[in-house]
Amino acid sequence: MRDAEDRHGNALYGPQPDVSGASGYPDAPPRVGFFTDTSVCIGCKACEVACKEWNAIPEDGLELTGMSYDNTRGLGADTWRHVAFIEQRKPLGGQEPGVAHDDVDVFAAASRLGTDTSSPGPVPAPAPAQAPDPRISPVSPDGRTELRWLMSSDVCKHCTHAACLDVCPTGALFRTEFGTVVVQEDVCNGCGYCVPACPYGVIDQREEDGRVWKCTLCYDRLGAGMEPACAKSCPTESIQFGPLEELRERARGRVAQLHAAGVTDARLYGDSPDDGVGGAGAFFLLLDEPEVYGLPPDPVVTTRDLPGMWRHAAVAAVSLAALALGSFARRPR
Amino acid sequence: MSEPDNRQEAAMSESDVGRDGVRGARPGREAVTGARAGRRGGRRGRGERPMVPEAEFSSYYGTPVLNKPTWKPLDIAGYLYLGGLAGASSLLAAGGMLTGRPGLAAPARLGAAGAISLSLAALVHDLGRPARFLNMLRVFKPTSPMSVGSWLLVGYAPLALTAAATEVAGRYRLLGSAATLASAVLGPAVATYTAVLLSDTAVPSWHEGYRELPFVFAGSAATAASGLALAAAPPGQAGPARRLAVLGAALELGAFRAMKRRMGLAAEPFDRGGPRVLLRVSELLTAGGAALAVSRGRDRRLAVAAGAALLTGSAALRFGVFHAGVASAEDPRYTVVPQRERLARDG
Repeated sequence: MRDAEDRHGNALYGPQPDVSGASGYPDAPPRVGFFTDTSVCIGCKACEVACKEWNAIPEDGLELTGMSYDNTRGLGADTWRHVAFIEQRKPLGGQEPGVAHDDVDVFAAASRLGTDTSSPGPVPAPAPAQAPDPRISPVSPDGRTELRWLMSSDVCKHCTHAACLDVCPTGALFRTEFGTVVVQEDVCNGCGYCVPACPYGVIDQREEDGRVWKCTLCYDRLGAGMEPACAKSCPTESIQFGPLEELRERARGRVAQLHAAGVTDARLYGDSPDDGVGGAGAFFLLLDEPEVYGLPPDPVVTTRDLPGMWRHAAVAAVSLAALALGSFARRPR
Repeated sequence: MSEPDNRQEAAMSESDVGRDGVRGARPGREAVTGARAGRRGGRRGRGERPMVPEAEFSSYYGTPVLNKPTWKPLDIAGYLYLGGLAGASSLLAAGGMLTGRPGLAAPARLGAAGAISLSLAALVHDLGRPARFLNMLRVFKPTSPMSVGSWLLVGYAPLALTAAATEVAGRYRLLGSAATLASAVLGPAVATYTAVLLSDTAVPSWHEGYRELPFVFAGSAATAASGLALAAAPPGQAGPARRLAVLGAALELGAFRAMKRRMGLAAEPFDRGGPRVLLRVSELLTAGGAALAVSRGRDRRLAVAAGAALLTGSAALRFGVFHAGVASAEDPRYTVVPQRERLARDG
């Protein structure tokens, strides 16, 4: 009965407009989150660095993956922001060819440095021809380059229905008044149940200390009225922080703008309150399918099926008792 | 370990760069990553294919979408197995007590107490911070199978230990009987809740089987407990254990088949690599042990052999299921493809 009520009250699944209120905060501030607009991400990883610095996250290996400029690999106990890097043979949008200054001899220009006080820099090259230089390639007939880099800063989604929080047996994971999901490290006992529960592969166990760690959406900064470190450090405003409703509005406008500009690949990911996790607190504008960025295409919080799991387990337990009863039943003579 | 590598290549078959570096040649600045690759069809000659449109599969350099379980296999698979053995042993203990089979009740009581103690030890050993086991008892959360399980164990373990202690002491018979009956009430829950523990995760091969897995574990618990009873009880009193072995084996094997049929792609890890061997061994030992028990179980030596086979078979099942789940979390295909198919189906 209780399970059915939970479902109808959307405690486990479905849209939940007042996530802080449902967690027992009567006068909660508006729910906040991230809108990560990957179309303007330049892959500088300032967010990764700012996050590590602010949260004093330990170093977790300085190795080269050999797969791309991404040497962070993915989110984990010691990586709360991760910049994915993807290179594709696909046009991104109109790019200006013929600005490579191929005809400038930089060594010659450098040798003249300081010798001519009136001209400390390189001699200005002749202005490029109006028409694109035919030597610059590859360019398709409509002037688009045939290569694009996708960069995206991934982070904990702070789900409306957070599996990690639901399955935590100690109450170490909790919902804050801002609607975010945070681990209390002094309560976590390292059971590790939240790790396989997360449909995005965000939270993980720190080996040397046994406890689990993940993005707190800078709970300490939020409390002081500051924005999270990653958003603060982002030089292109690819990471935008604010009230979730406002961000969703802004994101819809941005997608329309990109579609109008011919970037038809642009789509939002995790913004819909009707999705499998009830809408993510951190959502994204992507330029390709989510799985290309290492994100699950249609994640569903595992606890959606929990009432069914308990029902099946109860029937199985009764069946086991019945089997035992049957084994002791005296055979008819 | 060649199979996972093959899978990975399949995932990246149209891109030049794999997770392990450049494949074949050194493409230098021609290197392209993240290119889409089609799901390779007909990779295996046999087996069913889901009747849904082939979904395109791509991934981020073949890296997993999920973080794989950090649980230590010996601790947690052992915990699942011992919980089942204990829970079903309590049923045999109560049955033996009520039907005047002290020779059956005694080893069942001791087995339940020993198994649940070891299982608790395994759980505590697996905690990242063992000293903080009690943190699990600061809340009761029905949404957390681990929390429910902790409380279940807190209720069950003292009962099983009391039942065993009175058995050993040979005194306080009334208290022992009450504890035996109470532990038999909680026993089936102890044996089956562990299926919910696994299913309530994002791990494809654990979650997708949530309907049948409790029945698989119930059957496996029954075979383990009857195996212990067969090995330790005098054959004259072990009749119920022989029958329970057959019933349990039928439930376990039947439910496992039904589960695999329903799971689609997520059933694949059960049929590959280490888990395949473990599960095949489990099937043979369980079926063979049950058959031997019911046909030749009155022979003391053969009963011991049948019991050992059943105990080992049940353990192999838990380890097989555990490792298959970990494998399914490590390969992005099992996360991405079913979700893509769901999106294609539901529009």
